Amino acid sequence: MSFPTAKKNQTAVAAPLANLPNSKSGYQIPENPLVVIEPSRGWIPLNLQDLWQYRDLLYILTMRDIKVRYKQTLLGALWAIIQPLFTMLIFTLFFGRLAGMPSDDIPYPLFAYAGLLPWTFFSNAVTNSGNSLVGNANLITKIYFPRMIIPMSSVASGLLDFLIAFGLLIVLMFYYQVGLSINILMLPVLVVLTGLLAIGIGMWMSALNVKFRDIRYALPFLIQLGMFATPIIYPSSLVPDKWRWLFALNPLTGQIEAYRSAFFGKPFDWFALSVSAVLTLAILFYAAFTFRRMEKSFADII
Amino acid sequence: MKPIIRVENLSKQYQLGGEQKTYSTLRESLVETAQKSLKMFKRGQAKNTNSFWALQDINFEVMPGEVVGIIGRNGAGKSTLLKILSRITEPTVGRIELYGRVGSLLEVGTGFHPELTGRENIYLNSAILGMRREEIAKKFDEIVDFAEIEQFLDTPVKHYSSGMYTRLAFAVAANLEPEILVVDEVLAVGDAEFQKKCLGKMKSVSDKEGRTVLFVSHNMAAVTSLCSRCVLLNKGQLIKDGSASEIISIYQRLTTTENKGTQNLTEAERFGTGKAQFKSIEISGQSDGVIEPGDNLKIKLEIAATQKIFKSNVAIIIYDSNGYRLIDISTAIKGDYLDIQENQTAEIEFELFELLLKPNTYTIGLWLGRASLEEIDSIPSAVSFTVNDARSSQHSLVYPGVYQCRFDQKIQVHSVHDN
Repeated sequence: MSFPTAKKNQTAVAAPLANLPNSKSGYQIPENPLVVIEPSRGWIPLNLQDLWQYRDLLYILTMRDIKVRYKQTLLGALWAIIQPLFTMLIFTLFFGRLAGMPSDDIPYPLFAYAGLLPWTFFSNAVTNSGNSLVGNANLITKIYFPRMIIPMSSVASGLLDFLIAFGLLIVLMFYYQVGLSINILMLPVLVVLTGLLAIGIGMWMSALNVKFRDIRYALPFLIQLGMFATPIIYPSSLVPDKWRWLFALNPLTGQIEAYRSAFFGKPFDWFALSVSAVLTLAILFYAAFTFRRMEKSFADII
Repeated sequence: MKPIIRVENLSKQYQLGGEQKTYSTLRESLVETAQKSLKMFKRGQAKNTNSFWALQDINFEVMPGEVVGIIGRNGAGKSTLLKILSRITEPTVGRIELYGRVGSLLEVGTGFHPELTGRENIYLNSAILGMRREEIAKKFDEIVDFAEIEQFLDTPVKHYSSGMYTRLAFAVAANLEPEILVVDEVLAVGDAEFQKKCLGKMKSVSDKEGRTVLFVSHNMAAVTSLCSRCVLLNKGQLIKDGSASEIISIYQRLTTTENKGTQNLTEAERFGTGKAQFKSIEISGQSDGVIEPGDNLKIKLEIAATQKIFKSNVAIIIYDSNGYRLIDISTAIKGDYLDIQENQTAEIEFELFELLLKPNTYTIGLWLGRASLEEIDSIPSAVSFTVNDARSSQHSLVYPGVYQCRFDQKIQVHSVHDN
């Protein structure tokens, strides 16, 4: 039995739908097909306009995740604070008091919390989005939509927790009498950067997770390691100079330090932040293209 | 007129073996890669023989406004075709051109979240089906109305009855406004009343609004009432494309074998837990090999149990050539139930008196189970039989209808007088 080989190296392309005549009687058949379904090979374009078409789904899935997260819990949204707060208390006891960790002239509890705040956002976002595709298998096998929306919405839904935990930071700063400066205006930029990094890594992990369920077990472990490779409990000034370059390869390093600068009005390390931004974008693009390439087999193997 | 869907040389291959497992681990994958490369050295080729074609070289076109039924036995490739059309999975070879937006409904209530309220789920489900928020807001009242759930709108759906759940899910889907609607076996759920309502809604979608519908179902009555045209798939190939009535009768001939002596049922397409299975069926009329209207029909069944079954009901269902259920009789009607021990067989003989069916072909379905508790073995089309009319006039063949009641007639001719 022989079959014609796949013709074109092309993927399904959705045409913009907005300018379609959608009258109830007598639908006008357009000149060109709206969608062409063909086998795809190799690297597949990102198809961003398709993603844009489905922006409402991103919003609604994000809201679903937020609404569902604390349903039937006693403490509800307090959990958004409990996690970084208690970690901070433990770190303060062990690293701040017992080990006497330096903290760049900021009270250690505040120093640790300022690092834990973005870290908690990042690690929860990566964990949730890494498991998101497998957790939404029922959607993937039953309906078409740009699959990227699933890991993206998992990251986006973490933003509310970040905001709540940020509120506690303000309270703590008031308590320690540390004032906010103009630097805080960089916060939205930093949050976007951390969000993009989380989307990149989360998306990549979620795609791998479809094929290799090892990811589910490896991910928490890797994240735990990541915490020690990032200046959260210690300042990056503690790292010896000859290892600095290696340290800077962790895209979160520049970001976490920049969060502290934004909160406590210290000068930004623009070089470190630029390196982090470039790495973040590189990871994001690599992840997005890998995701697109693996996406076509999701429904068959999930 | 230009088609709205054009399918060209469509084929889909699935990998068996390693890939076909629901998920693999890194280790398995490594081991497998190693084994494959070893094999490659041994045989000099890495050709994967563990694959099968779920669809092979499918070609067809659908015109706007057509309602096309896609029928075939389990594993014929119907669902694969719908999945490719809905862009859930990719074809291996071939091309589909779609000249309209596709709304697919492969399951009712895709993405429903039990913790969310009915209102929230309407938004969620609609967005998943590809609707914009403004569109949903505009349709909201209509959806709630169709689902008949007004007073439970703000209750989490986990507290819904299964009927309410299905109604809500279908209501959302029914109010989609794509030019092409792709629907899989979704009518299998829900009560009869609601099924009727859904069928009505789908009919109006195609009749009044001129939308194109592709419809997969095992329910031939639904296909008959909805579709003007059918496509018959078998083992991944398109067997025939034509008018609904023609294709359905081919399908029924394909799924059943003609009535001569004892029919072995071990190969039949069946559903159920399989604790016990129908092994054979034998049907006979009063004269040899021929069944005539008004005959007594004997149906002998053999059932073999691999596990113990108890208090089970055996039912015989007779369908006409359109798939309508004409007769449904069971042991339970007479108050008898079946108990069989493991590794025992049972024989059951039904005798149907005066089967006043018009000459045509009918299909017998068999069912073994316990009311709504357990379906042990169900064969939707076990065997078909033909009622011939040798005795009376040949006219009976021409007129439609299924029930040939006994009747008498008196004909009087009067002349009309002037006064």
